[in-house]
Amino acid sequence: MLEPKQTDTYSVQQLILEKKSKKRWNIEKLIPKLLFLTAVISVLITIGIVLTLIFETFIFFEKVSIVEFLTGHKWLPFASTPSFGVMPLVVGTLKVTVIAAIVAVPIGLATAIFLSEYASEKTRRIIKPILEVLAGIPTIVYGFFALTFVTPVLRDIFPSLDMFNAISPGIVVGIMIMPMIASLSEDALVSVPKSIREGAYALGATKLETTIKVVLPAAMSGIVASIVLALSRAIGETMIVSVAGGSTPSMSMDVTNSIQTMTAYIVQVSTGDAGYGTTIYYSIYAVGMTLFVFTLIMNLLAQFISRKFREEY
Amino acid sequence: MNMTLTGPKKAPTVGIENENADSVFLKETVYETSDLNLWYGENHALKNINLDMYQNEVTAIIGPSGCGKSTYIKTLNRMIELVPDVKTTGQIKYRNRNILDQSYKVEDLRTQVGMVFQKPNPFPKSIYENVIYGPKIHGIKNKKILDQIVEKSLKGAAIWDEVKDRLHENAYGLSGGQQQRLCIARCLAIEPDVILMDEPTSALDPISTLKIEELVQELKKDFSIIIVTHNMQQAARISDKTAFFLNGEVIEYSDTNTIFSNPNDKRTEDYITGRFG
Repeated sequence: MLEPKQTDTYSVQQLILEKKSKKRWNIEKLIPKLLFLTAVISVLITIGIVLTLIFETFIFFEKVSIVEFLTGHKWLPFASTPSFGVMPLVVGTLKVTVIAAIVAVPIGLATAIFLSEYASEKTRRIIKPILEVLAGIPTIVYGFFALTFVTPVLRDIFPSLDMFNAISPGIVVGIMIMPMIASLSEDALVSVPKSIREGAYALGATKLETTIKVVLPAAMSGIVASIVLALSRAIGETMIVSVAGGSTPSMSMDVTNSIQTMTAYIVQVSTGDAGYGTTIYYSIYAVGMTLFVFTLIMNLLAQFISRKFREEY
Repeated sequence: MNMTLTGPKKAPTVGIENENADSVFLKETVYETSDLNLWYGENHALKNINLDMYQNEVTAIIGPSGCGKSTYIKTLNRMIELVPDVKTTGQIKYRNRNILDQSYKVEDLRTQVGMVFQKPNPFPKSIYENVIYGPKIHGIKNKKILDQIVEKSLKGAAIWDEVKDRLHENAYGLSGGQQQRLCIARCLAIEPDVILMDEPTSALDPISTLKIEELVQELKKDFSIIIVTHNMQQAARISDKTAFFLNGEVIEYSDTNTIFSNPNDKRTEDYITGRFG
């Protein structure tokens, strides 16, 4: 046994007390207040934005009837007898979103399953950063990719395709949101406990049976959330559709013609010379409000679905 | 190596005779492990294991932490292969076929050999769905048969009375002990031949532990059970044979009574009398 060194004569408890008495204010009590303040700031900003949107939208509805706005099938704000039926813009947005979903959901989900269940650590280390790069590309770059690469390629295959159309930006928006679905779904899959997978293997389940019937359902709430989140980003996507989608509001279900989405219209007015206080100026708030309602519904839907599908573990 | 292979001295309960039995062995052999060695990378985790296990018996595997007992039981249904960089030599014959032969499909093996884990691991599904998962992946779709399987398995795991009115509720609403019995029911649902239990009571309270121990006694009438436990009293209470593992070796394997009353090896004695481990 070593004898404890007796070189210094101090009491640790004494030192702790000394240190404590030096503290003038209690940081432990201050920090929660600071954190609360920052949380309040984000809430206030949200309320401010929504209120602005609502006020300006009301002014718009003093000029144009809400019934015409919601049910009208013509969006001709620049015509000599303007018409403000928002449906063509909604249809344009939905066309792009549906195409994006068709592209992004299967690829994103398959990528997530591959990364979490099948890929070796080495493969994962190569693919994940690439996905992150894909997610980090500025949307304007995607927009020009759609216009100058995807559209010409598609036009080689389908010569009747317009220069501006729904399918090309739809595909590219899909490419843009795919990494989001892949990455968030992978997180959901990875967080399914290993013990649950082992339970399935121990019953003689193959890897595929385990993945499809145990891991996937267990991660369903996270997967649905990731898809809805990605789609609400697709709905709000602006640059790609502005660059490659055109500016012709259309009710047609045809994806080969020029379209205009809600966001693209807002860009068109914001960058144009519509004067402050005109009906056109206020119309962008009404369209913005519509867009906001869409994403809000999407988010509520995501919460509802994920609660319904939730499998606790 | 100090190892004794002593046959059961009591009268056998099952009368299937072993043809080349020149001894008192009357029970059919389920598992024959010969010269099994296992490495995790460079780490030699199991060294020259030779063990035979018999039908309708409870075989307990005891030993201190890190002695290789969990590794060994996971080798019996090849769950060990989920660990990267595992290498084995030697053979484990299950019903006279070497399971370490890569032509033996693990899915087939695991359909015959069920497993209950250390921590209850029900699927995040309803109680009903948990039980029918096994039969379902093996292609049983008839609703009537599945209903019967659920009732039979839950009764077999002594949990039917507690859950029969809430079969469609999530399994995670059950207590830990109930979850573990549900996992046993899930395992019984595919009517396996052998049930491997890897410290099935280590995460449970004493009352739940007692229930599982009683259940094991009941189950051995229909199944062969191999159980890893760090609780020596548990091994003494429920098993017919006990293998004592130390540092990846089998130090002693014999009748449970012999191991606990008259161990052959000094190290076994030291362990069961609590001098280490």
